Amino acid sequence: MSILVPGTDNPWKARIAFLAFAGGLLALPGLLGSPGDVRQWAEWLCYAMVAVGLDVAWGYGGMLALGQGLFFGLGAYAMGMHLSLEQVPDGSLPSFMSLYSDYTELPALWRPFQSFWASAAVAVLLPMVIAGLLGLLVFKRRIRGPFFAILTQATAVIFALVLIGNLKLTAGFNGLTGFTTIFGRNKYAPGTNRWLFQIAAVGLLVVLAVAMKVVRSRYGKLLVATRDSEDRVRFLGYDPALVKTVGFMIAAGMAGLAGAVAAPVFGIVSPGQFDYLPSILMVCWVAVGGRGTLWGAVLGALVVNWIRVTVSSSRPDDWLYLQGLLFVVVLAFMPGGVAGALRSWWAWLASAVAGRLGTRRTAMAPAVEPLGETA
Amino acid sequence: MAAGLILGACGGGDDDAATPAGDVSGEVTGDTVKVGVLQSLSGTMSISEVAVKNSELLAIKEINAAGGVLGKKIKPIVEDGESKPEVFAQKIEKLITSDKVAVVFGGWTSASRKAMKPVVEGANGLLFYPVQYEGLEVSPNIFYTGATTNQQIVPALDYMKEQGLTRVYLVGSDYVFPRTANKEIKAYAKANGLEILGEDYLQLGDTNVQGIVQKVLAAKPQVVFNTLNGDSNVSFFKELKAKGNTPDKIQTVSVSIAEEEVGGVGVDNLLGHLVAWNYYQTTGGEKNAKFVEAFKAEYGAEKNTADPIEAGYNSVYIWKAAVEKAGSFDVKKVTAAAGGLELDTPEGLLTVHPTNHHVFKTARIGKINAQGLIDEVWNSGKPVAPDPCLDTYTWAAGLATGEARAECDAAAKAAG
Repeated sequence: MSILVPGTDNPWKARIAFLAFAGGLLALPGLLGSPGDVRQWAEWLCYAMVAVGLDVAWGYGGMLALGQGLFFGLGAYAMGMHLSLEQVPDGSLPSFMSLYSDYTELPALWRPFQSFWASAAVAVLLPMVIAGLLGLLVFKRRIRGPFFAILTQATAVIFALVLIGNLKLTAGFNGLTGFTTIFGRNKYAPGTNRWLFQIAAVGLLVVLAVAMKVVRSRYGKLLVATRDSEDRVRFLGYDPALVKTVGFMIAAGMAGLAGAVAAPVFGIVSPGQFDYLPSILMVCWVAVGGRGTLWGAVLGALVVNWIRVTVSSSRPDDWLYLQGLLFVVVLAFMPGGVAGALRSWWAWLASAVAGRLGTRRTAMAPAVEPLGETA
Repeated sequence: MAAGLILGACGGGDDDAATPAGDVSGEVTGDTVKVGVLQSLSGTMSISEVAVKNSELLAIKEINAAGGVLGKKIKPIVEDGESKPEVFAQKIEKLITSDKVAVVFGGWTSASRKAMKPVVEGANGLLFYPVQYEGLEVSPNIFYTGATTNQQIVPALDYMKEQGLTRVYLVGSDYVFPRTANKEIKAYAKANGLEILGEDYLQLGDTNVQGIVQKVLAAKPQVVFNTLNGDSNVSFFKELKAKGNTPDKIQTVSVSIAEEEVGGVGVDNLLGHLVAWNYYQTTGGEKNAKFVEAFKAEYGAEKNTADPIEAGYNSVYIWKAAVEKAGSFDVKKVTAAAGGLELDTPEGLLTVHPTNHHVFKTARIGKINAQGLIDEVWNSGKPVAPDPCLDTYTWAAGLATGEARAECDAAAKAAG
């Protein structure tokens, strides 16, 4: 496919790009200096994890999942509950519960979260199970396109409403907060942000590596084939519902992991962070960065959030308009996103150079090359 | 109990070893000192919070014009909380650890305050929070310059009882402030012979009020105690009026509608209804006349002042007085110096409580008039001592538990 989609024509280029990215990422805190910036980037890396997962589902699998906030939120709440319990002695109630509820002992729902590993497992596996059930339910009935999008969006809305409505169990609209100590460290001590950044960076690298492996595998080809022509895949004897469900589960698991890492970075988990609006924003990151290229998803999440923080601080009134404009411009003029634009520019440059040198032109396939056609 | 550890650390004398994040207590470079102003400039809360930001900047401007603090000019760094708690948490961390501000003025919703609390405590920053709230909190790193429960809600209940308005219906937004306030109101009602006919909640921003208004009208209360916030108020009061209600049939008492919000809800819909605060634009006194004049001169004649706007303005002056008394910008020294300060403010003589970080406030019940301003109909006569855990009220026994209990006890212990 392309130089920017790793591992298609030359796996070594992809490996080198990945290593360079990893090196740059781990060196970044040293360049940023101020702990506030390091924390900021750690947050963005979590968003990038969500974007990579979403790109697998949407970019490669054609499933426009508008409710990734649900999975991101489940992960964040799982870890947030564990952190809330870390602040109080074993077996006692988290501080909000002693204020707003009549519970005298820890409710059963909260008990598993006393263990870190149980919380981490819930953060990743629960989103996957929910995505699996939802996916089978939806895809087996051959529901797709906008219906799937609306359905997923509704799940994010329901999630936020359930959180707000159950104040006594979830702290409602305020959310879980007060994570002064995270995993035995003072959250606001100088080194903690860098430590969190490193965890987020490793998380992103793992997610990215898994996603690359997935999209390069036989399954990945099947996923793209299903995106481009579901019926042909069915005629070939595969079950497209199963293929799509697995893709959706991968996206959900990555969002859940991102949420679990994001909870200690945020220092707070509240329903507004996982509602339908943030969920739609996640799709914007991928669209702006370039769907169908994993690097594009990472780039989109980082760039859009960087602009958000820069603009919303200096010109708060203009940010929403700018965000809308950005999305419209990208969809209208750069359907391949920033990564797509970079790639065509790179292709143009390569062909120009090649033309001058008199060698053969490098063939550049578009990101959404219908692999199914060749099957 | 992390909060307990921090309280312990702060009570542990003057050694600075307990400061976890190193030197964050105010970077003073040359002849300026940086302070943070953190309010929602975008999102649903911006209609209320922009005005608070404006009053905080007005105070800073006045102080700079008069020579600054300890001979240094104040340099405000304004940040947008975006009406999102997680953004408040992130921005205040940035202000304290990256910008190294000496103090932050900001917050409105209790969600934003709860989000900032662990950050200021963990990074040893200082926050002035300018809005009335649900009480049950005393952070060693926060000063609460709006009313706590016993300076707003309890006096409003006393007033209702005195007026014979004893059949009460509770309507509120579904989040922590209304839930906690109603819990306290129910405890009060039990001990004081008020009858609670019903209790209903709307999601924040929900404008589908027909169901609730119908239930209220069917229950025939004498008074609705209203803790709705934001857009829901517009629909609620419109619908109440459309169904033929007037304040002489069912009166309402609101604790989140001030001058700033009256325009949004519509004067027609609110005329004659009651509100409870500690300050109105119409509050007497030369100091207030000057404040209102300066605010209008700076931001436009049509802009009104209101309780949180005034509390934001006071916050800056309280901090200035504390810094001057301490002779330093150091958080711990400023905090210690603030206790017991007395200032002449637009709402009258203001005293900072010696230990619990709240201020003495005169409770005032007001009635909304045809100009969209609020006329005082009753006041508590003298400033009411802040009692965040409601320890001086027998009916409130057991309301403050867990973290709130620990914080109030620590504040009481500091009093000796």
